[in-house]
Amino acid sequence: MKNICLILFILIFSFSYSQNCNSIFIGEVTDFHNKAPLENATIKLIGTNKITISDNKGKFTFQGLCNNVYSIEVSHLGCETKILKLDINGNTFKSISLEHHLEALNEVIVASSSKIEQTSVQQSISKKDIEAFTDKSLGDALNTISGVSSLNTGNTIVKPMIHGLHSSRLLIVNNNVRLSDQEWGDEHAPNIDINASGRIDLIKGANTLMYGSDAIGGLILIRPENYAAKDSIFGSTALSFNTNGWGGNLNSEIVKTFKSGFYSKVQASYKVFGDFKSPDYQLTNTGIKSINASARIGYKSFEKGFDAYYSYVNNNIGILRASHIGNTNDLVQAINSGEPQYIEDFSHHIANPKQSITHHLAKIEAYKRFKGLGKLSLQYDLQLNRRKEFDLRRGDRENIPVINLKLFTTSIQPNLRIDAIDNLKLNTGILLRYQNNEAISTGVNPIIPDFDKYDVGAYTTGTYNLNLNSEISAGLRYDFSRIEATKRYRVTDWNETYNYDELFPEFDSGEEPSSSRLLTFPEFTFKNTSASLGYANQFSDDFEFIFNYGLASRNPNPSELFSDGLHHSAARIEIGKLTIGKEVANKFMISLERTNQNFGFSISPYYKHIKDYIQLIPVGETTTIRGSFIEWEYFQVDAQIFGADIDIHKKISNHLKYNGNLSVLKGNNLSDDTPLIHMPGTNFSNSITYQNPKLNQLLVSLTQKTVLKQNNYPDYNFYTFNATTQENVYVDISSTPPGYSLFNFNSSATFKPFKKGSLKVEFNIENLFNVSYREYLNRLRYYTDEVGRNFNIKLKFNY
Amino acid sequence: MIKPMKTIKLLALFFMSSLILTSCSSDDDGHDDDHDHEEELITTVIYTLTEKNTDVDDNSSITLTFTDIDGPGGENPSYAVSETLLSNTEYTGKLQLLNATDDPAEDITEEVKEEADEHEFFFSSTISGLTISKNDTDEDGNPVGIESTLTTGDAGTGTLTIILKHEPTKPNDGTSANAGGSTDVEVTFDISVVDPVK
Repeated sequence: MKNICLILFILIFSFSYSQNCNSIFIGEVTDFHNKAPLENATIKLIGTNKITISDNKGKFTFQGLCNNVYSIEVSHLGCETKILKLDINGNTFKSISLEHHLEALNEVIVASSSKIEQTSVQQSISKKDIEAFTDKSLGDALNTISGVSSLNTGNTIVKPMIHGLHSSRLLIVNNNVRLSDQEWGDEHAPNIDINASGRIDLIKGANTLMYGSDAIGGLILIRPENYAAKDSIFGSTALSFNTNGWGGNLNSEIVKTFKSGFYSKVQASYKVFGDFKSPDYQLTNTGIKSINASARIGYKSFEKGFDAYYSYVNNNIGILRASHIGNTNDLVQAINSGEPQYIEDFSHHIANPKQSITHHLAKIEAYKRFKGLGKLSLQYDLQLNRRKEFDLRRGDRENIPVINLKLFTTSIQPNLRIDAIDNLKLNTGILLRYQNNEAISTGVNPIIPDFDKYDVGAYTTGTYNLNLNSEISAGLRYDFSRIEATKRYRVTDWNETYNYDELFPEFDSGEEPSSSRLLTFPEFTFKNTSASLGYANQFSDDFEFIFNYGLASRNPNPSELFSDGLHHSAARIEIGKLTIGKEVANKFMISLERTNQNFGFSISPYYKHIKDYIQLIPVGETTTIRGSFIEWEYFQVDAQIFGADIDIHKKISNHLKYNGNLSVLKGNNLSDDTPLIHMPGTNFSNSITYQNPKLNQLLVSLTQKTVLKQNNYPDYNFYTFNATTQENVYVDISSTPPGYSLFNFNSSATFKPFKKGSLKVEFNIENLFNVSYREYLNRLRYYTDEVGRNFNIKLKFNY
Repeated sequence: MIKPMKTIKLLALFFMSSLILTSCSSDDDGHDDDHDHEEELITTVIYTLTEKNTDVDDNSSITLTFTDIDGPGGENPSYAVSETLLSNTEYTGKLQLLNATDDPAEDITEEVKEEADEHEFFFSSTISGLTISKNDTDEDGNPVGIESTLTTGDAGTGTLTIILKHEPTKPNDGTSANAGGSTDVEVTFDISVVDPVK
């Protein structure tokens, strides 16, 4: 009864008030981050002629308002204009906060070349450049950046390599999710559809701690596009066709955005290639079939938002038929013959040996900003990687893979970014991750066993603006990791070869060995601390000096611990060891950069010292029923890698542009005083581009790329006895192939055949002079030359 | 503003996709936890030689046996030759491949026989005058070598190498080098040929 009276009283009171139109509205405009008052903000009552400006305390007043719902527009220099609804009911007070940091604004407005951190040594590939690689792989696109090379298995399995380091030493982060796809294998390329990405960032130096402690080589960030909040629907379809491999790619995407901040995107691509061709012969069974799809949906406003992403990658990759060999003598024969031992006519068919991989990635991320604090985000993700490797098998095992692994990874990551304090930004978070590998029965002892892995990490990074031109950043991370595996060891290996019965008696299950194999449960716990430090100073307008230091620790991966088996394509047995511990790297990098339209450059020398660097090297021969095999074992040595990456660009005339880059690198095994195995040779590239925006955006360019012979390589060559010929034969597995130069021709033009949208036509020639060459970093270099000349046509419709 | 209903719908969508994910992962292909069963392994090669000359009452055969019971790695393989061969004698040779990790041992020779067109044995010896000819053929009429005839010449010592090639070039010039393919078996026995005791 009392309540009703009260409501009645209020109703009457407000009714009488609204008639009078003499309400007062007092407001205050503050900075979202530090709650500082904003002076000179413009406040407009939409639909009226009332307008005012905030005073030096951020305060403003409107008088003589009717009791009504008003729309107010608040704007301030350097801020995003805000429109909000206000219910005036008598005298009203409202505090309004505006986002005042330009840096944070970049998250709302699409920024094309912003760095992750000012102190990072970072290079990026834009969406436009990614499109040139629509029918290639992530590794191929990254390969164009100085300091980046790739470890290949044939030409479709391309594993990125930064400063000579690859696999577990690189962090590949797709849509903010660290990719877990059996990345430890040399012949496992990242399962990413390059067409699904909006931008690729490569970070060579420090500032990688948020993503992991083990980025000894560097960090690759694959990022989606940012969309403006407006009602729009747009999309594109790209079609490419190639003469080498007689195949191509079809990619389509549609994006729908809403003024409210909602957005959604659907993308799918299909790629098919048959056997590729070197200048002199067909590369039998090197085709690829790939189906990829991704979907994204989200909502974005300054204060809160979410993003859900799912991607599916399915690759069927043929492995050069001639690389399937039996033993060391077969390998010698392959090396000495100079061309593949198995050449057939062109076919689109992918036979064994082949890889069949599917990768699912799903994530959901949500964030909210808190006044006077910063941005709190929470991400949950799932990944499922299925890897099946098929080999030439006896009997009816054609369709049973020899390797069949199922890797499931899930993680949860809360992160808090504090940007309320002037000149200081802090980023802190926690990571919880669970990983499970299941080796599915194939009739062959699994190369990677079943395991469960648990990771917990915590990090804090911060950047501080010393003054207008310089900034320092620092970070600290702690990681706890535990791996529990189930593996059968040969009794002889356990007791004698590796002496594990004395080193790790606690792993023995105690069960009777079956088929002379002992069941064991190896368990390891690792604790790591990692750190980073960065400094950036801008001077004389467009120069910048950057210094980076990083302390990174990497735990041995399952392959380095447990690998045990035969790799046909290399006639080798790879053996991991339980005694392998973590490796610790100290990285130093400086960079001098000039960003100028007419003449710019970046010179980035670096030095890395890696304690207990884990490397896989040939140790000798082992006799099997198939004859002798080369045994490769994991060993730890102290290593150093140093070098420099140089990039130059110069505008010659209005239409003519020059680009060049050079990478030099040296890797040393300090323990044995020899060079490190599989380090990229010195390489440089030059390109001249003619561009005419008035002539259908015509672009014609010629690029040259040279890779010099790697003269610094460790010599693991040896002699093997050939029982048939009764001779000792030299097995040259170490020598590096000669250097080579390739030329590429590119041209493109954009037309407007429709009212809306455009059509871009490209014509390209790769390996213009059809050069025969071999690359040291291709695992199939023993068997075949690389791919020869290719003519490529691309059509891209934007609508 | 995010509408709660919309958020719920989206979350549901996300949940559904994760469901699909989980269901995709259920194709276990008959997974069992025991990885102790090595299917395709050849642990044992037995070359049995029986004298063709029937008027010798001792018709016991000579066996050349290679064993690597735990497969590549682990224990070293062993070679055993039961007896010396006699000079100027004709033997009937029969090859047998076994996977002795199975009980009873699996006869791999059968698999080779079934895929005879994809397989071929090659024999070579350092003892002069010792020749081996293959007696069996595949469906295309090319030699296989499970059945063979070994003829000795003069006495001597040396080695006998037996190679099994998977997917070799067929026909070839009779040497394993020319045949290419991948080597499934390569074993070398130390043998000696002696003059019969008169």
